[in-house]
Amino acid sequence: MDDARGGWPMSEVAPHWISESLRACIRDPKVAAGGGFILFLLILALGAPDFAPKDPLEQDLILGVTPPPGFAGAEPGYLLGTDDLGRDVLSRLIWGSRVALTVAFVAATLAAALGATLGLLAGWYRGWVDATISRLVEIWMAFPPVLLSILLVAVVGPGVGSVIGAIAIIDWTRFCRVIRAETMGQAKTDYVTAARAIGFSPMRILVREILPNVMPVLIALISLEMGIAVIVEAILSFVGLSVSSDVPTWGGMIAQGRQILHQGWWVLAAPLVALFLTVLAFNLLGEGLRRSLDPVMRR
Amino acid sequence: MSPPVLALSNLSAISDRDRAPILRNVSLEVARGETCGLVGESGAGKSTIAKAILGILPRTIRVTGGEVKFEGADLLKIEIGPLRRLIGECIALIPQDPMTALNPARRIEAQLTDGPRLWRGLDATAARALALRLLDEVHIRDPDRVLRSFPHELSGGMRQRVLIAAAFALEPRLIVADEPTTALDVTVQKQILRLIRNMQSAHGTSVVFVTHDLGVVAQICDHVTLLFAGRVIEAGSASRLLDRPAHPYTRALLEACPRYDRPDAGLRPIPESVIADLYAELGQSGATP
Amino acid sequence: MTAVAAQRLIMAAVTLLGVAIIVFVLLRVVPGDPIAMMISPGATPADIAALRAHYGLDTSLPAQFFVWLKDILHGDFGTSISLHRNVLGIMAERLPATLELAFASLVFAALLGGAVAVFGTLVSDWTAAPLIDTVNGLFLAVPDFIWAFALVLLFGVFLPVLPLSGRIDPGLDERFVTPFYLLESLATLRFAAAADVLRHMVMPMLALGLPLASIITRVLKESLREAMVQDYVLLARLKGLSRLRLVLQEALRNAVAPTLALTGVQFTFLIGGTVIVERIFAYPGIGNMAVDAVINRDLPLIQGLTLVFGALFVVVNMIVDLLVVATNPRLRNG
Repeated sequence: MDDARGGWPMSEVAPHWISESLRACIRDPKVAAGGGFILFLLILALGAPDFAPKDPLEQDLILGVTPPPGFAGAEPGYLLGTDDLGRDVLSRLIWGSRVALTVAFVAATLAAALGATLGLLAGWYRGWVDATISRLVEIWMAFPPVLLSILLVAVVGPGVGSVIGAIAIIDWTRFCRVIRAETMGQAKTDYVTAARAIGFSPMRILVREILPNVMPVLIALISLEMGIAVIVEAILSFVGLSVSSDVPTWGGMIAQGRQILHQGWWVLAAPLVALFLTVLAFNLLGEGLRRSLDPVMRR
Repeated sequence: MSPPVLALSNLSAISDRDRAPILRNVSLEVARGETCGLVGESGAGKSTIAKAILGILPRTIRVTGGEVKFEGADLLKIEIGPLRRLIGECIALIPQDPMTALNPARRIEAQLTDGPRLWRGLDATAARALALRLLDEVHIRDPDRVLRSFPHELSGGMRQRVLIAAAFALEPRLIVADEPTTALDVTVQKQILRLIRNMQSAHGTSVVFVTHDLGVVAQICDHVTLLFAGRVIEAGSASRLLDRPAHPYTRALLEACPRYDRPDAGLRPIPESVIADLYAELGQSGATP
Repeated sequence: MTAVAAQRLIMAAVTLLGVAIIVFVLLRVVPGDPIAMMISPGATPADIAALRAHYGLDTSLPAQFFVWLKDILHGDFGTSISLHRNVLGIMAERLPATLELAFASLVFAALLGGAVAVFGTLVSDWTAAPLIDTVNGLFLAVPDFIWAFALVLLFGVFLPVLPLSGRIDPGLDERFVTPFYLLESLATLRFAAAADVLRHMVMPMLALGLPLASIITRVLKESLREAMVQDYVLLARLKGLSRLRLVLQEALRNAVAPTLALTGVQFTFLIGGTVIVERIFAYPGIGNMAVDAVINRDLPLIQGLTLVFGALFVVVNMIVDLLVVATNPRLRNG
C-alpha cells in the first residue's frame, strides 16, 4: 500500500487532485474547527479598529483593574475587565492578534521555505550535501530554541521583524528533517526514475515531481509551525524582546498579568486562553490537513 | 467407549458486521488420544472453530447456536475467570508461525515456565527442571543454552520445537495445532510433524490439527473433518476419507493435491462445477450466503 | 561496537565545536559594547583599554576565538561581566538546580505517560476508552509556556497552596554543602527541607513534564496496541495470564524501545524548555540565568551557558543511544 504513494503523473491529475483535496479538507472536522477559528481570528485582526470596543492604549486610571462582568466591581462595557492602567483587556486582545498572526504566517512561511529547500537538496543529492546539511541540523538542535531566539533578537534588536527572522532561522530544522526523509523516499519511486531516464534536470524533477508530492506534509507542518511561532512570539514579548511596549501583544499582556496576578487574574487569563485556543486551532488544522491532503492516507 | 474430549454440536456463527454465516451447524468429536484433522480452504471456518475451542472468538463473530463441549462442559457458557484457568491448564495451542509466537524480549526459560508457575505453583528451580525435561523431550540439544537464549538466537525449527514443548508443559488434554508446519522449510516440516505425532501418543493427548494440506492429514490424522464455507462437507476416518472419498468436493480436492504415493499423477484444479454445486447445496439448506 | 562509539564521540565533538563557533560569531556582531556598561563615570580611555585587554576584547576575532577555545579546554570559561565571578563557578552552582528540575520532570512524565498508556491499553475495550486519546490529543497541543501560566493561575490565585517562585523558602534556615538541594536533603534525611524544595519544584516540573507525558502516552499506547495483537501475546493469553500481566510482562517490554528513543529526543527539548519555564517561576537554574546573561550582554556567561546546553544535548543523545542498545536483546549481543 505504502509503496503506491503518489505514483502518477502530476500534470494530468493535478487539477482534479487539488479540487478533491479541497473538498476532503473542508469535510474534515479537525480542519473545519481549526481553520474556522483561525479564519475568525484573522477577520478579527484585520478589522481590529472596527471590532475592538475601546482604544487598546487608552488609559483610565480610575477604572484600573476592573473585573469582567459577573464579578464584584465590574463596569459595563468592559467585557474582559481592565488592566492596572485601566485599558480594556478585550480591545488589547483583539489588537494583539495582529502581531500574533503576522508572526505566525510570515515566520512559518519563511522557515518552511528555508527548511524545505535544504531538505529537498539534502534528500536528493545525498553525499556531502546531505552530510553538511544534516550536521548543521544537529548543531542547530543542540541550541535550546528559546535561548537562541532571545539571543538572536537581542543581537538584532527588538521588533516584529527580528522575531520573525529569529523564528525562521531557528525552526527551519523542523522542515528540513521531515522533507529530507520524504524526498529520499520519493527519489526511489518509479515515476522519479522515469523522469530521470527521460533526462529531466534535477531542478525540474525536484520542483515538478517531488515537491508536489511532499506538499501535503509540508502544508501540515507549516500549520503546526504557525502555532509554535505564536508561542515563541508570546515568549519573546514576555521576556520583553518582541515589539515596543505600546503595541499590544498577547505575550506582553501575559507579562503584565503576571505582575498584577493577585489584583486581577483576568489580565493573565484572557491572553492565555487566546493563546491556547490559537495554538490548538493551528494544531487541529495541521493534523486534519495532514490526514485529508495525503492521497494515500485518505481512506 | 470413553466420552469424547471435545464435542462440537450444531455450532453456528455469523459475522456481526454483515450477518454473513461463518459456521453452519458444525458438529465434530475428538476422542481421547486421537488426532482430528480440520481441513478446508481459507475462509472455510477452520480457524473460527479453533478460536471457539480456545475461547478467543473475536467480538465481530457471534455464535448463534450450538455447543463447544470440552470434557462435558460447554466452553461457550463458562464465566471468563474459570474459563481462563480451564483453557490455561487443559487446552494448548501450537501456533502457525514460530517466528512471531515467541516474545522477542523474554528468554526461552521465562516463556516455557509461565504456565507451570502460574497453575502448578512451581518455584524457579522446579520450573527450570521441568523446562529442561521438556526441551529434552522435543530433542533439543544443549537445553541449558536454549533456556538462556532469546528467540532471535534460535532457528525457525528450534522455535517450533520450543513452542511444542511449551504446549505440552502442563500435560494438556487437548492441543490445537494451527497449521504448525506451513511457515517452516519443507525439510523441517516432516521432523516437526513426526515430533507432534510422537509427543501426542506418548502423552495420550487429543489433537485438533488445523490444515489446508491433505498430504499432512495423511501423515498425522486419525480422523478428518472437511469444511467448506462454514459447513462440514465430509467427515470420517482419515484412511477411509483419503482412499474412498464420498463427496465430489473431497474427490476434487484430493486430485488437486500432490500425492507422495503417486508422484507421476498430474494435478487437477478443482472444477468450477463442483464449487457451483456446493453453493447450490448451501442455498437449498436454507443458510443463504 | 567501539568504532561506532568513537564515531559518535567525534560527531558529538563536531556538534559542540559548531555550537561554539556560532555563538562566538553571533555575539561578536552584537551592537552595543559590553564594556560600556561596566565603566564608572570617571574612567579614563586607559582604564577602558585595560578593561578590554582584561576581557580579551582587544585582539582579532579568530585570535579571540582560539584563545577562548584553548581556555575552555583548560576549564577556564572566563569571568562573568555582570556578576564579576568565574563563569565555571557560577555555572557549577546553577546547573544542579536545572538538572534536578529536568530529571524530576522526566521521571514525572515517564511515570504519568507510562501509567496512562498502560491504563488505556488495559481498558481499551471499554466504551469510554477513546476519550483517553481525545483528552490526550488536546494535551498534546499545549506547550510548556501555556502550562506554566495555567499553573500560575491555578496555584497562584484559585488554589494558593504552592510557592510561585524560587527554589527554596529563604526563611527556611537550611545549609547545603552541594548545589543538589533535593538530593542532598533526601540523602541527609532532612525531609522538611526536601519537601520545601519539592513544593517549589512542582509547578515548573508539571509545566515541563506534562507536554512530555502526553507524547509518551501517545507513542507508548500506540506501540502497546501493536504489541498486544502479536502472536506471542495471544499465546500468553491462552496460558491464562491476566490482562495486566499480558500488558506489563509481554507487551510493555517490546513497546518500550521505540518510546525510549523518542523520549530521549523529547528530553533534549524539555531541557531547552527550562529556559522559559525557569524564567516564569524565577527558578535559579542555568536557563533563567541565560536569559539574564543575554539581557545583560554578559558575553562570557552566554558563551559558557550555551556550551553547557549543547553538551547536555550531546550527552543525552549518547545516553539514549546506549539505552536503546541495552534494552534490545537483538542489538545487545550483536
